[in-house]
Amino acid sequence: MIKRILTGVAGVGIVAGMGFLWYAWWPAIPKIAPVQPGQFSAEKIERGRIVAAESYCVECHTRQDNGGGPTLAGDYKMETPFGDIFSSNITPDPETGIGNWSEAAFRRALQYGVSRDGSHLLPAFVYDHFTKMSDEDISDLYAWIMTRPAVHMTRRPNGFPLSISPRITLASWKLMFFTPGRYKPDPNHNAEWNRGAYLAEGAAHCGACHTPRNLAGAEELPNHEYDGGVVDGWIAPPLNQNNPTPVVWTEDELYQYLRNGVAPLHGPAGGPMSPVAHDFLATVPESDVHAIAYYFADKAHAVERVSGDKAALEHAMADSKKDLIGFSTDPDARLYQGACGACHYNAAPAPVLGRPELALNNALWLKEPTNLYLVMLRGLTAKEGQSGVAMPSFYNALSDKDMARIAAYLRRTRTTLPPWTDLEKKAADARKLVEPPVNSSH
Amino acid sequence: MIKFKLNGRDVSLDVPEDTPLLWALRDDLGLTGTKFGCGVGQCGACTVHVGGRATRSCVTPVSAIEGADVTTIEGLDPEGRHPLQEAWQEIQVPQCGYCQSGQIMQAASLLRDYPDPTDEDIDGVMGGSLCRCMTYIRIRKAIKEAAAAMKSAKTEGDHSNG
Repeated sequence: MIKRILTGVAGVGIVAGMGFLWYAWWPAIPKIAPVQPGQFSAEKIERGRIVAAESYCVECHTRQDNGGGPTLAGDYKMETPFGDIFSSNITPDPETGIGNWSEAAFRRALQYGVSRDGSHLLPAFVYDHFTKMSDEDISDLYAWIMTRPAVHMTRRPNGFPLSISPRITLASWKLMFFTPGRYKPDPNHNAEWNRGAYLAEGAAHCGACHTPRNLAGAEELPNHEYDGGVVDGWIAPPLNQNNPTPVVWTEDELYQYLRNGVAPLHGPAGGPMSPVAHDFLATVPESDVHAIAYYFADKAHAVERVSGDKAALEHAMADSKKDLIGFSTDPDARLYQGACGACHYNAAPAPVLGRPELALNNALWLKEPTNLYLVMLRGLTAKEGQSGVAMPSFYNALSDKDMARIAAYLRRTRTTLPPWTDLEKKAADARKLVEPPVNSSH
Repeated sequence: MIKFKLNGRDVSLDVPEDTPLLWALRDDLGLTGTKFGCGVGQCGACTVHVGGRATRSCVTPVSAIEGADVTTIEGLDPEGRHPLQEAWQEIQVPQCGYCQSGQIMQAASLLRDYPDPTDEDIDGVMGGSLCRCMTYIRIRKAIKEAAAAMKSAKTEGDHSNG
């Protein structure tokens, strides 16, 4: 009897193991001769450009450190909890890029996370999102990619130790966390919502930064969808109803933020979000950006929550003046007035564009002061956030202690949330993420 | 090479990208109307406009203003007759004068945002611009006079256009 059970268990194990091997194994797709650029119509290439912009391909496939690199030639450094990894060259160079990939191989990489040679791709290439993209969009994207200049360039080796077989490790990861499949329209919503959802969940891969990740680096779905994450040291704020700003992100605020890099009430896009607006979403059809804004306004129940905005705005406008009018003996307030007040003072009824109202800004309402600190340290260039205006860098102007005092003061006087802790240490930690300016007036 | 627009003309500078804008203006471009005060963005003497907004040039690296429009006190008005400059002269605001170009640039930005500023608006926006000669009372008076002059100029303009 026992023998029979053991045999049965072993049998199930063998079948499951064989099933897994079948799951893990993908064939190579034969190399093709270089694609002739003339084979794609100008319209198709233009549609592909839009798909590429909505997927931010250039952002993660172009080196930014070491003085930057050629567009799409890869070697972009991604710092992950598992080690630094470097993105692939996706120019049509046949040797170091994807010049000998057929459209079928390209489509399989995006939709199934499998390289042309049959090996599994690291999920840093967000195929958990790209799998939702339609065959047509991927075909257009292929046309655009294959008509870009070929660059012969090899990336640096990944500092990502896969001790067991990469095929087994990555196949296991996929088995647990990856569900391939195209986007399915939700019949309970209209066409604009579905267009927004298709883009946000697929090409635009918003959740890659705005959904927290588990220990295996997978998005914590569905329980923590859009609860906010961390990227390049910045906090990517929640995009659902857990977003803490006192005035909700309405469809219009979201649209202006995504299209122009600045929302009138919530302020400018900083850090890794700035190029999403300026380099990509500013270059695609307005209707697509409206659709993404429409989708997220719905995800965050903006319409249901917007009734509190009038009171919240009045409150923020009153808070904005705190300690800036008349004489103040609070040394923290004096520090704020000297360093920040001239640009951040606002008066009712609403903030002036170009005077980001801190009482309404995500940075003050997040769980940690990270984003506030990073903006103080780096400032914002004229290309980031609101175009054409700049915020100075206070890297050499404010010590960790000064930054901690300003952060504590703002949290205390401009929000209703509990104080942040260990502020000076966190200021020092944020400083380590920023390249120190050598030339300094001080 | 950093390129930007300075007082309406294109300039390009071959300096390290973390060079403070103030150094570039004074040392490389020869515009010394903008003053060095504290060097840490706490006094307002170095205030210029970037994209029309008052910006402390001592803590703004030139890399941050690539492609932007920069205006200094020399470019605020082609003839030095901005209503604020006129009011400043009439009321004799400056004493030692060192902080005054920064004060005027900050005030010009204030009037753009709040054309009819209340005392609170003036306190809120001008509070970061220090004057060790204590000319604050005259600064406030000059800002109000300039605001009135700009308002009547606008009204006259509207009438003549209408």
